[in-house]
Amino acid sequence: MPHDPSVDDLLTAVTGGFGTLETTVFRGQTSVVVPEPQSLELLTFLKTQGFDMLVDVTCVDYLEYRGAKQRYGLVYLLASTTTNQRLTVRVFVDDPVSDHEEWPTVRSVAAIWKAADWLEREVWDLFGIRFEGHPDLRRLVMPEEFTAHPLRKDYPLQGRGERHNFPVITRDHS
Amino acid sequence: MALNAAGRSAGPGRLELPENVVVSRLDELANWCRKNSLWPMPFATACCGIELMATGASKHDLARFGAEVFRFSPRQCDLMIVAGRVVMKMMPVLQRIWQQMHEPKWCISMGACASTGGVFDTYAVVQGIDRFIPVDMYVPGCPPRPEQLIQAIIDLQDKIQREGTITGREFDTSQRQLRKRALVEADELLVLDAARNPVVQRELSAAAHRS
Repeated sequence: MPHDPSVDDLLTAVTGGFGTLETTVFRGQTSVVVPEPQSLELLTFLKTQGFDMLVDVTCVDYLEYRGAKQRYGLVYLLASTTTNQRLTVRVFVDDPVSDHEEWPTVRSVAAIWKAADWLEREVWDLFGIRFEGHPDLRRLVMPEEFTAHPLRKDYPLQGRGERHNFPVITRDHS
Repeated sequence: MALNAAGRSAGPGRLELPENVVVSRLDELANWCRKNSLWPMPFATACCGIELMATGASKHDLARFGAEVFRFSPRQCDLMIVAGRVVMKMMPVLQRIWQQMHEPKWCISMGACASTGGVFDTYAVVQGIDRFIPVDMYVPGCPPRPEQLIQAIIDLQDKIQREGTITGREFDTSQRQLRKRALVEADELLVLDAARNPVVQRELSAAAHRS
């Protein structure tokens, strides 16, 4: 993918307002890492800069990754339908240290992009990251009575027996 | 010697039947009717559903075996074909549809995913619907070719002809099945054993007689 120079200008504009942000360009794809306190402001700013489409919100669990500093890496994929630019925003969060909170919390962008509604629900369902300010944060793909967050690295692939927790219907009482 | 219409000797004790009369047992007749008019309820969740559609289409016509209509209402079907993987969220739905079907009813588990979970040994896929639903026929394949599904229907027809009854007694398995011995309480076990075992019966009656 050829490198888009206009994204460089965008990045300089971005870093001007938000301090030094770590940016990487890999095979023409630009990625910006922003610390959690400033993530909502950066994403709001990017919406004003023409990134009107939120392509995806997803997460990576770096639990067993060598050299990982924080456990979860949220990924926001943004695109501009007017200028054809694409940008990736990374936000790294960690499990909360205090016992009162059970899940890491970030602020929701559902007010900025409507698509974030279900995308953040999916991240909550599969990774267990709460989105503060989300209109209706509940499970999307797993059944609502499911308790675990299956795409975390400490959840086994075959599950913990939830998939076989059903009554057996035999021939007599069907 | 007088011969009847079938060419057999018509002696005493033999019915003289005209050509358009068939004599049969009621069970066999009912089985023949039921096996040749199996109306499938297609419970197609994934890729096997495509092959199921192909089996119903014109090239591998399933209608010539009696499956004239694929009714999507469980109240109007007798054969449920589960085609495709069944996830944890879908399992209660499958059970509900099964319970809504009227007896006599049969179930074909089509494909590897419905039979064993297939390649998807994950937290969300049920590893075989026969864990929770009574299944009569399994069709291996990923997906099975239409000819394999037709073979399963033919085998099911043979099974119905062999084992069917007009009142559906073959579905009442509680009388034929014994409960697992480990789950039965000890005194219940004694009563059960007494009903079947003459030695225990004799001992019990002797003890009752003495006391």
